[in-house]
Amino acid sequence: MEPTESTPKLKGGLAQMLKGGVIMDVVTPVQARIAEKSGAVAVMALERVPADIRAHGGVARMSDPIIIKRIMEAVHIPVMAKVRLGHFVEAQVLQALGVDYIDESEVLTPADAEFHVNKSKFSVPFVCGARDLGEALRRIDEGAAMIRTKGEAGTGNIVEAVKHIRAIHREISALKTGRPADAATRMRVPEALVLKTIELGKLPVVNFAAGGISTPADAALCMQLGCDGVFVGSGIFKSSDPAKMACAIVEAVAHYNDPKKIAEVSEGLGEPMRGMELSDIPPNQRLAERGI
Amino acid sequence: MRYGVLALQGAVSEHVIYLKKAMEKMGISADVPEIRDLKELDGLDGIILPGGESTTLSLLLEKEGMLGPLRNVPKIFGTCAGAILLAKEIVPVVDGQKCLGLIEMKVSRNAYGRQLESFEAPLDTTLGKIEGVFIRAPGIEEVGAAVEVLAEHNGKIVAVVQGKYLATTFHPELSGSTVFHEHFLKL
Repeated sequence: MEPTESTPKLKGGLAQMLKGGVIMDVVTPVQARIAEKSGAVAVMALERVPADIRAHGGVARMSDPIIIKRIMEAVHIPVMAKVRLGHFVEAQVLQALGVDYIDESEVLTPADAEFHVNKSKFSVPFVCGARDLGEALRRIDEGAAMIRTKGEAGTGNIVEAVKHIRAIHREISALKTGRPADAATRMRVPEALVLKTIELGKLPVVNFAAGGISTPADAALCMQLGCDGVFVGSGIFKSSDPAKMACAIVEAVAHYNDPKKIAEVSEGLGEPMRGMELSDIPPNQRLAERGI
Repeated sequence: MRYGVLALQGAVSEHVIYLKKAMEKMGISADVPEIRDLKELDGLDGIILPGGESTTLSLLLEKEGMLGPLRNVPKIFGTCAGAILLAKEIVPVVDGQKCLGLIEMKVSRNAYGRQLESFEAPLDTTLGKIEGVFIRAPGIEEVGAAVEVLAEHNGKIVAVVQGKYLATTFHPELSGSTVFHEHFLKL
């Protein structure tokens, strides 16, 4: 029998290998090497980190392929890159570049107000954002092999990330009491996916936290709340000492249940990214509201 | 009897489940602790080094001061990134990446390429048949005289044993078969 490629087991399997790890946003090969050396399990290759996308305004798109290619050449760890919601041609381009994971991300400006990318059709695995269980299961049904709770990217504020992690857990617990068929109808997903979630007591794919993680304690908070790992976007390269912050967050995730260790790695990190109050962001600039 | 899984990063829960299943089959009842620090290495009869990212694992092991003491654990089973850690030599050399040097082998990282080249293939091993799940897998390029080859795929060595040290470049913990975990317990 010929070897088989791009199976759901291989797509979800890579995410399983990333568990307990930190995936870092990087915009240059130099940053990618710093991330790798600091213990990142993967990097997200971008033109701008979310905080700068926010500040810059305008339409945020897939990065220039040359940036992604240079970052792929710079490191041995997996390289992920983002496409706009529903932009299946950007996804085709990233697949042609050979990235290891595609993030269909609300951080970029959505390309399709109605449909997400049909991710099952791609050989490269996808990670997608979710604020609640319905979003997560719809994305999994479309073929996502990994879920990240959205949080509110580029804010340096963990409050939305916590809200979304808790929402998913609460809704999974609530499934036990209701009728699975009703939950499936309400969430617009096949009943089999709901039954599988009930059986596992958790999402059927790996679930990382994202959106606003800026300190080792933020990262450990997400882990203690039950996430499998964390994405750190602006939190590393918008801090005053990125290499030190990156190492500290990696150690805090590995030892998330050890407050002494978290205290130790949190010492003297300099300034984390400044961050912002959610109430200062007008509703039409909330990224998490996109692509539900 | 105390067997644990290194839990600093990677596919930890999968190995815990497979090791428990293997123990059950062999009539052993024991906990499988997750090992995150130096103290927890004390009194271990064996440890599994899971798949994950080898640079991350190497860095965290070094920070924890576990690289030296890990060599004193009597039995070690490394899968994928764990196999890289067990090797004597890693190519290409990544700045600062350390390995345990317990198996006389040279391994190359991402020997098959990136995620698009990840694959599943049925394997005929000296331990029996198993579904080989290769995810950005390393390659075993050379082995020393003391190393026994347990499986090959397309002319590449994919599983080896040297004394009490077992290594696979694929993921038995995703295969549906506990044959490698049972073998590890019997070493």
